[in-house]
Amino acid sequence: MFGLTKRDTKLLIIVAILAIFAPFILNPFPEGSAMAQFNGGYPDLMQRLVIFGIFAIGFNILFGLTGYLSFGHAAFLGVGSYAAIWMMKLLTMNVIPAIMISVIVAGLFSLLVGWISLRRSGIYFSILTLAFAQMSYSLAYSVLTPITGGETGLQPKVDDPRILDGALEAGQSPRANLFGLEMGSSYELNLGSWVFTFNAGYYIAAVVMLLAFYLSIRIFRSPFGMMLRAVKSNQQRLNYTGLNSKPYTLAAFVISGMYAGLAGGLLVAMDTQVGAERMFWTASGEVVLMTILGGAGTLIGPVLGAGFIKYMENIISKINKSILEQWFAFMPDGMEDFFITIVYPFIGKGWHLTLGLMFMMVVIFLPGGLVQGGQKIAGLFRGKKASDDAADGKTTPAE
Amino acid sequence: MGILEVKNVGKRFGGLQALGDVNLSVAENSVHAIIGPNGAGKSTLLNCLVGKLIPDTGSVSFDGQSVLGRKPYEINQMGISRVFQTPEIFGDLSVLENMMIPCFAKRDGAFELNGISSVSSQKDILERAEHMLEDMNMADKRHMTASSMSRGDKRRLEIGMCLSQEPRLLLLDEPTAGMARADTNNTIDLLKQISDERDITIAIIEHDMHVVFSLAERITVLAQGTPLVEDTPDNIKGHPKVREAYLGETQTAA
Repeated sequence: MFGLTKRDTKLLIIVAILAIFAPFILNPFPEGSAMAQFNGGYPDLMQRLVIFGIFAIGFNILFGLTGYLSFGHAAFLGVGSYAAIWMMKLLTMNVIPAIMISVIVAGLFSLLVGWISLRRSGIYFSILTLAFAQMSYSLAYSVLTPITGGETGLQPKVDDPRILDGALEAGQSPRANLFGLEMGSSYELNLGSWVFTFNAGYYIAAVVMLLAFYLSIRIFRSPFGMMLRAVKSNQQRLNYTGLNSKPYTLAAFVISGMYAGLAGGLLVAMDTQVGAERMFWTASGEVVLMTILGGAGTLIGPVLGAGFIKYMENIISKINKSILEQWFAFMPDGMEDFFITIVYPFIGKGWHLTLGLMFMMVVIFLPGGLVQGGQKIAGLFRGKKASDDAADGKTTPAE
Repeated sequence: MGILEVKNVGKRFGGLQALGDVNLSVAENSVHAIIGPNGAGKSTLLNCLVGKLIPDTGSVSFDGQSVLGRKPYEINQMGISRVFQTPEIFGDLSVLENMMIPCFAKRDGAFELNGISSVSSQKDILERAEHMLEDMNMADKRHMTASSMSRGDKRRLEIGMCLSQEPRLLLLDEPTAGMARADTNNTIDLLKQISDERDITIAIIEHDMHVVFSLAERITVLAQGTPLVEDTPDNIKGHPKVREAYLGETQTAA
């Protein structure tokens, strides 16, 4: 179906089902219960999960296939965001032109950065991209203040021109919409003590994510994707086989830059404000973590990694000391204090510590990321099944 | 006039004159070997032919066109394929994919942005790659990861990849270095078969005299960056200058 093999179609359908039912899947606990803080089914987080999924899918086309590790992709996300917000200020609050221009501008910017950075490979390439991203950040923060709003950033104002939209009625504020459907509008479904939120913005972002994912499958399975894997495997052989590796890597760089711009545009569509911190190097590092944590070079890995990190960021950082006290209340006093003292550094602002530990565990024990973990578990089950089938006691190794 | 003409080529690395004044003419559809002791400049000469190095002086032309200043991929597209001393293949890819890549290079040129259609829909490429694998007796290994094969098989695959581009000149850099005797003999047979069956010129750099004398129609002996003598294998064997510079050593060693 859709020009994909059976296996890839299955994967796409699974991702589509997960995306459609995310408001249920992420809200497994009833409202008001002690576990309710682990619920992730609120619009803001769900939007972030799919948007950063797009960012990571695009990053994976560059890093996963060619092995070129860019440390500056947040710059493209930021540039896309600025482009989108200017569309909203000047043209219309409809998100379509904003998202389109964010992809185009990020693509052009990544063409420039890629053209220069790809003169080098390995660590030097990474450093060049990092330098570009940090320059972009500094410029946005200082010299380019008239365009970027500097420290305060940008957001749509009531008196912006917006030539396509009519004048706002008195007392109204500009809201991002898709032909009138506001991004922030939600429908709440109450089922017993469960509350499920269906948000317009989330579903629009999810549709875009599915399209982006579909496109990435096509790229992975295409001759172009095969050439990119050949770049990673042996660039020398590629050059001595009559193929010019430079335009291949540049095309991969620009495509992943456009994905980043798309993510930046969507971020603005969901939450109409931009600040320069979006381009800071930690933001570039985060997408690297997402891709490696999920499984670089796999199709689904980056989506999983992005979801995992964004969920952790939002949920673990919300837990505070009083919640801990609630959890350990059943223990005797001394023991309660002891456990709280131990757990405390890992929650709230300490969520980076938890993330760091998990990242280390994954890299050491599962170099192929969460995807490899899933395969190992699946292999275990299959291995068991196979040995059950073998009545004569022969066991098949589970790889 | 040979298919490959090297005229007055010199290359200096700092204080070392790696190539002095090399003149070489490789006749079309012949097997030409370049031999010489270590440090004679064989590899430097080869690198000048494929665009990895640019000589300081002189000219290199292939089929009447200069190759100087061209990038390796451009020189390959002119019709020169190179086999490396240690097999250079796409280790992470399957054997079939390894064979498909040069087929794409032959069909689509140095760059083609084909990011939407799937690899499996490229019937002509698949057919060609499968055919080439059968020629190389590797069809049963098509789904293996290339890096997991034996050295002899990797060499066979690399030669197959080069041949699938239908080059007019095949350059081999010590193709049997580090191989067991059986693998070496297999490689010799393969190269013999290739030169008999195809319209192809083979230039081979080699250390192993057994390989050189079983394959070459002409031999150039290189010593200290300059060609000492160029002749047929029989005459080279008895040439006093060559014995002194090169063969003498190996004969006493053997």
